[in-house]
Amino acid sequence: MENIQVNRELDLKGEVCPFTFVKSKLILEQMQPGEILKVILDYQPSVENVPKSMREEGQEVIEVKQTGENLWEVIIRKVK
Amino acid sequence: MSFQFTEEQIKRYSRHIILPEVGGKGQQKLLNAKVLVIGAGGLGSPSLYYLAAAGVGTLGIVDFDVVDFSNLQRQILHSTERVGMPKVESAKKTIEALNPDVKVITYNEKIHKNNVMDIIKEYDVVLDGSDNFPTRFLVNDACYFLNKPLVSAAILRFEGQLTTFDYRNKENSPCYRCLFPEPPPPGLVPSCQEAGLLGVVGGIMGTLQANEALKLILEIGEPLVGKLLVFDALHTEFNIVKLRKDKKCPLCGEKPTIKELIEYEQACDVRF
Repeated sequence: MENIQVNRELDLKGEVCPFTFVKSKLILEQMQPGEILKVILDYQPSVENVPKSMREEGQEVIEVKQTGENLWEVIIRKVK
Repeated sequence: MSFQFTEEQIKRYSRHIILPEVGGKGQQKLLNAKVLVIGAGGLGSPSLYYLAAAGVGTLGIVDFDVVDFSNLQRQILHSTERVGMPKVESAKKTIEALNPDVKVITYNEKIHKNNVMDIIKEYDVVLDGSDNFPTRFLVNDACYFLNKPLVSAAILRFEGQLTTFDYRNKENSPCYRCLFPEPPPPGLVPSCQEAGLLGVVGGIMGTLQANEALKLILEIGEPLVGKLLVFDALHTEFNIVKLRKDKKCPLCGEKPTIKELIEYEQACDVRF
């Protein structure tokens, strides 16, 4: 997991559902298949909802990890 | 496709963007699209309102009439204080108040042989919500000659009809004249004014027209081509009748006789 090269990073601190997913999706749509997006979240419900919605759209969620108090990272690989 | 939405646009269109079939890409298609609506009345009101809400970037509206009290039972773009105002102007005000992303182009004029091609040629999709046969035939023939998809709806009493003619793919689409080769003789088909109309029927059929337009723009689902949807409000029933391409059709058949626009006489000059 340490060697994954992130192509885009999106800081969504202060954003809530559904805009955490909407904004992640908008960025991912403009990336190439295979590229990696890192999303930074501080809204707990989004930590479940963003990965869930991404998987529903057929994207690969590589990792979800807590990086601090009320701070999370979601790593997504664009599949399509 | 790249796109750059403002914060306001991300919020406004979030329920579209979330849909896998739409997304940012689809929303950008809508913002780039140009739709022409013939008639800002019972059908045009709901179709224009929903197309504007959806963020269709350019909406053309053709209507030469002014708002009348008798319109307000169904024509939801207009309001009591706008009685006497040209319908296109009233429609523009309502749409701009709803969504500033939409550019509204108004044509406060009657459709005739000499302006129909110029008006239609700028648009991607045409919606016919007119109330008379001369306009319907003229709009149909112009869309056919210009290869534009036409979403046609009609309403009377408690009944509505809807179909899509896709003139980008003429081989596989019947045309309006396959259904009605020529206008009916004057007096045979009653007008709304003579026969009455439950206002909500316009709301239902106009909204379905908007749905067809959105699908055509987004290139999703299946358009209602070769099928006539008939709605019966009294029994809340939808039925689909198959439409076939008529080999003898005067416009799209094997030996077409109509090669230029025809302007039919209006049976009577009442305003609906």
